Amino acid sequence: MSDKLKINDFVVRFANVNGTGSASANLLFCKAIFRMGVPVTPKNIFPSNIQGLPTWYEVRVSEKGYLGRRDGIDIMVAVNAQSMEADIKSVSPGGYLLYDSSKKLPDHFKREDIHFIPIPLMEICNATYTDARLRLLFKNIIYVGALAELMQFDFSVFESLLADQFKGKEKLIAPNINALKLGADYVKSNFKKGFNLKVERRDLLGDAIMTDGNSACGLGAIYGGATFAAWYPITPSTSVVEAFMDYADEFREDKETGKRKVAIIQAEDELAAIGMVIGANWNGSRAFTATSGPGLSLMNEFLGLAYFAEIPLVLIDVQRTGPSTGMPTRTQQSDILEAAYASHGDTRHVLLFPSTPKECFDLTAAAFDLSEQLQTPVIIMTDLDLGMNDHVSAPFIWDDNKEYQRGKVLDYDELEEITYRTIPGTHPTKGSFFTRGTSRDEYAAYTENSPAYQRNMDRLVKKWITARDYVPSSQLYQQENESEYGMLFFGTSQYSAEEAMDNFKENNHKVDGIRIKSFPFDSIAITFLEQHKYIFVIEQNRDAQMKSLLMIELGISAERLISVLNYDGLPITASNIVNQITHSLERVEKYTTV
Amino acid sequence: MTFIKPKFRHPDLPKNKLGYTISYYEGALSTLCAGCGHDSISAAIIQSAFEMNIEPHKLAKLSGIGCSSKTPTYFLGNSHGFNSVHGRMPSVATGANMANKELLYLGVSGDGDTASIGMGQFVHVIRRNLKMIYIVMNNGCYGLTKGQDSATADNGSISKAGIVNQFQAIDLCGLAIELGATFVAQSFSGDKKQLIPLIKAAMAHNGFAFINVISPCVTFNNNKGSTKSYDFVRDHLEATGTFDFVPEMEEITTNYESGEKHAIKLHDGSFLAFNKLDSDWDPLDRFSAMKAVHHAREKNEIITGLLYLNQGAMDLHELVNTCDRPLNSLKKEDLCPGNGALASINAGLR
Repeated sequence: MSDKLKINDFVVRFANVNGTGSASANLLFCKAIFRMGVPVTPKNIFPSNIQGLPTWYEVRVSEKGYLGRRDGIDIMVAVNAQSMEADIKSVSPGGYLLYDSSKKLPDHFKREDIHFIPIPLMEICNATYTDARLRLLFKNIIYVGALAELMQFDFSVFESLLADQFKGKEKLIAPNINALKLGADYVKSNFKKGFNLKVERRDLLGDAIMTDGNSACGLGAIYGGATFAAWYPITPSTSVVEAFMDYADEFREDKETGKRKVAIIQAEDELAAIGMVIGANWNGSRAFTATSGPGLSLMNEFLGLAYFAEIPLVLIDVQRTGPSTGMPTRTQQSDILEAAYASHGDTRHVLLFPSTPKECFDLTAAAFDLSEQLQTPVIIMTDLDLGMNDHVSAPFIWDDNKEYQRGKVLDYDELEEITYRTIPGTHPTKGSFFTRGTSRDEYAAYTENSPAYQRNMDRLVKKWITARDYVPSSQLYQQENESEYGMLFFGTSQYSAEEAMDNFKENNHKVDGIRIKSFPFDSIAITFLEQHKYIFVIEQNRDAQMKSLLMIELGISAERLISVLNYDGLPITASNIVNQITHSLERVEKYTTV
Repeated sequence: MTFIKPKFRHPDLPKNKLGYTISYYEGALSTLCAGCGHDSISAAIIQSAFEMNIEPHKLAKLSGIGCSSKTPTYFLGNSHGFNSVHGRMPSVATGANMANKELLYLGVSGDGDTASIGMGQFVHVIRRNLKMIYIVMNNGCYGLTKGQDSATADNGSISKAGIVNQFQAIDLCGLAIELGATFVAQSFSGDKKQLIPLIKAAMAHNGFAFINVISPCVTFNNNKGSTKSYDFVRDHLEATGTFDFVPEMEEITTNYESGEKHAIKLHDGSFLAFNKLDSDWDPLDRFSAMKAVHHAREKNEIITGLLYLNQGAMDLHELVNTCDRPLNSLKKEDLCPGNGALASINAGLR
């Protein structure tokens, strides 16, 4: 059919109708590529809807291992009439459109600069299946079979994949294989060779796994020893607690008695969810909640109490596009300032920024140690992209020798800024303690004495400074600094930022890189910021919230921090970063040489 | 200040079975107004805990914000306490209770803290039948902010400033019964004789025990025309029965089964003995309890006593089927599946 062969380097976008079973078919396609040892990254771009609205699933295949989103669609699988016209327009010149040709495409939809692959999906289904539901479901599997044939997949990969997927329901395997073959056979007999997108088997993934960040957070909470979770359903965080529930069924339930070493309460709202978590932590259980932007707003009051009353808790904030009902199913990193300073009065909260499912697992488990050691809330800042999309990730590992750090082992002399706490029910005559908000003296007694209040507030600052040594360290991308320019990023921007750095390197530009993983900023980050004249701060929000935080907390001048922003609700792309930085570099250089 | 506590006590002060005198159950000096009904309730809590032989460290006291929520400082000084956020005590109590099923949880709230800002949490803690004692010190007004009407102020009640309340009152007991609370009582801060056995019975109850205590605000809501003043409440009290709480170990000497006397066996083996005044009303029957509440409202009376009791419902721990050991006592060995389990999880994700 056309042009230069693209092996393991292209983007497929599926345009589907929400609620038609397309998600599992699309995942099957993606997982097949993963099983062929080729780096692949799917992005589910879905509406706030249960059934009927357009939904897209984008799969990037990258031999080089670039796992960020990439602009440009090499092949569109268009099976949604509602969005068909726009979907056709969005294909890159020279690309392909695979569509359901059961109905004729209107003439004005046609484009001369792309290739059309008509497959009568509905006709094939109607001829093969009598059941309406099967017709709908297998339509998706048929186009996966067609794509696999076009891209010359190793077909055996589906056999093993389906065998794993339907373990225990083996009779479902054959119908799926048949549907795949229906698509593949149609391609074989109707299209000549020449299709230029190909997947070739590689061994680039080692022992990697493919999973989503929310499941990893849920598993991390199990390993971190959480015994209590309270939550209120909100997209995109819901699946954190659902994963925790599933793993709790597996690991925390006595199979004989049904008794559970965990309690999970669906609260009436986010206010109650965090209140319960505070109560449980106060009483010595490791407890957590998960929410998203609007829920975080509701939790503000209680977060202030927890800060002042020095109660540990773990909160997983899966950030989404604000405001409350803006684009709740799209991604963003826009709760940073809110989380950092959540609540009334003087507050600062410890934030952790995972980038991968492995880090979601590690940092969630670690957050329980951290929050108990520091006796303060720890907020894990993930986002919809990391939380709900599948990512290729290093496998989970756990050090069985590691003990839970519950804070009691702290040496008072070493860390006198952190006071001891006691748990109700510990001792009949000693250690009872009245927990309250701000007004208390060194002996935990109620006071409205100004100097005593101020001493307490100052101690909380010392504790904050101490926290710097406890939080996870930033990741540097070079041994020695190579440039006076640096890139600073966090969370899911990692994928595209790394790709952008490679891009600069290939073009003989030098930009150093750092990925921060926490707030308060650690000494590695502080040094990096001191050592670079200009720092590009890459973040996925409109208001440059991380830049603000760097300015407020470290006193860095605004001129040295150049924002690279993305806030359209889709994950940031490398080309976007490269363009913005290149543009800024031109401006900076022009400005500094005049 | 309501009362000054002497530091030295009589050496022959009676001791309970644990060897503690009542002074061991007291708290810090109250900073509420002299004559505040809340201090009487605190005293009743102290007396109840003493008589029930409760280890203070086996009880956790929780509250929200307001005059009533200050009181946990003034009783059970040897218990852990948590003065949380306005209207949110129930959620903190829920989490605390889930963490350790072996403690007794005593929540104190007010009419503003429960019937307004905390209504959502009040309703839901009842739904879950959390095992706790929930006392509302109900004075129909916001004391700390100088006397505004609360949501339990009766329609037609006149405030200190002479303003007639136009809004309908929320009847917390009626609401609690409607929502399925398993122990619902109403009392008056000035009636220690009734209040103490009620608190003791609540301590013995296996589930959510709610006691709405009318507790006049001497400073802002004790004027003529107020339906929460000492005078009005005394004139309109209608006790549903006289009470006695009989611990399981004590022999029941009276034959409560005969005539007007009744005894209800409580969860822990103790008895609640009472003398019914109204023959239509049966505290074990939800409909008759509802009817009694509605009748009293119509007649402008305040019925007091144990209004409703249901001992058959499962508490939240039973509902979510937690293990016998308190969750907060579980160790890494109990909780962490270890690296071995990750091998199969990883394999399932490839």
